[in-house]
Amino acid sequence: MKGRDLTPPQTVGPFFHGLLREGLNMLVAPKTLGDRIRIEGHVYDGNRTPVSDAMIEIWQANARGHYSHPADQRVASLDPAFAGFGRTGTDEAGHYWFETIRPGRVPFGKSGDQAPHLNVAVSARGLLHHLFTRLYFDDEAAANARDPVLRGIPEDRRSTMVAKKIIADGKTVYRLDIVLQGQDETVFFDL
Amino acid sequence: MNKDFPPYLHEAYRATVLRAPRRPLIQVPKTLSEVTGPGPTVSAAASPDTDLTRNGGAGGEAVGERIIVTGRVIDDDGNPVPDTLLEIWQANAAGRYRHRRDQHHAPLDPNFLGFGTCLTDENGLYRFTTVRPGAYPWENHPNAWRPAHIHFSLLGPAWTSRLVTQMYFPGDPLQELDPIFNSVPTDAARERLIARYAHDVTQPAWALGFRFDIVLRGSEATPFESAEPSRAAKR
Repeated sequence: MKGRDLTPPQTVGPFFHGLLREGLNMLVAPKTLGDRIRIEGHVYDGNRTPVSDAMIEIWQANARGHYSHPADQRVASLDPAFAGFGRTGTDEAGHYWFETIRPGRVPFGKSGDQAPHLNVAVSARGLLHHLFTRLYFDDEAAANARDPVLRGIPEDRRSTMVAKKIIADGKTVYRLDIVLQGQDETVFFDL
Repeated sequence: MNKDFPPYLHEAYRATVLRAPRRPLIQVPKTLSEVTGPGPTVSAAASPDTDLTRNGGAGGEAVGERIIVTGRVIDDDGNPVPDTLLEIWQANAAGRYRHRRDQHHAPLDPNFLGFGTCLTDENGLYRFTTVRPGAYPWENHPNAWRPAHIHFSLLGPAWTSRLVTQMYFPGDPLQELDPIFNSVPTDAARERLIARYAHDVTQPAWALGFRFDIVLRGSEATPFESAEPSRAAKR
């Protein structure tokens, strides 16, 4: 139990466009290490109606599995051309996308690694507190089966966090829809 | 989930009805992914823009009651959170946002953008100059009005520190009628969203002062390292 009471959250509301500076959904620079990928999908509400005013944020490791943060002390694996943070708003169709790189494996304890993943936060009008989830990759089945977070999720719900690979115009794209409520509701975390 | 935090489903705020998850949130282990976060890197690259009365881009000064909003950002151990980015946004003095979806019949102010950024200093202090935002109507229920508020967004030191909230003003009679403010379940927690009038911050013949302190979740020193995460679902 910590000493100070936290400031409670409130909804981001519909007017957060000031947070969406141009280029925040393009995480890669010419010198960034790693395989270029596009992440995209839609956000839906409980009626399967697109959510056109959601804000999606991602936080990810670089191609070597290193986070650009002081708590990750493996300095040798830093990539100065990759910060790992992205933010975007959904459009009228509820669509979002990021241009990024495939993250490496992040360590877990002394025993092993986590499967490659993006950390995802969803904010929107009607969400009084943002939601946390993760995005995994469907072509990492063996690593996903050993992942310490995925293993804690009921098996029949894990697929709501696993993006599907497609090739579009020669580009590698991973698609994941975020369903706030109802059938195929995305797994959200109590962090 | 913290007992002082709003539930996802709060039916008086209608937009929650189709957007709140209905399945319980799932506890997962805290790993390096959660104890790190974008705050330090994003903050280091930010350029502060703290005076919302003059950043509208039209060269003039925003209309309204000029105010100073200042406070400390600390973590739940009481330590200051230095060098961290705050982003704020708000309606103008007439209660209108500069946004294509805001059709409230109130004037836009060409000198008011309604967005600002600040970095905390080594003691966790931040300070904005702005105008007091107006109340505005919304469509949640008949004759619904949002109390005056300023939106705050902080990334903080870790992924789990992320905070998006709203600051309210003391003595506003619209607060008790507002389902968003009242989604916070306890009096004590709602009080923490209301700035205090601070005469020591008020500048003579210039601007009224308000103090609003923010408490973020800190970065937990070491990630959870057990191989078997809990599956217990709270809430």
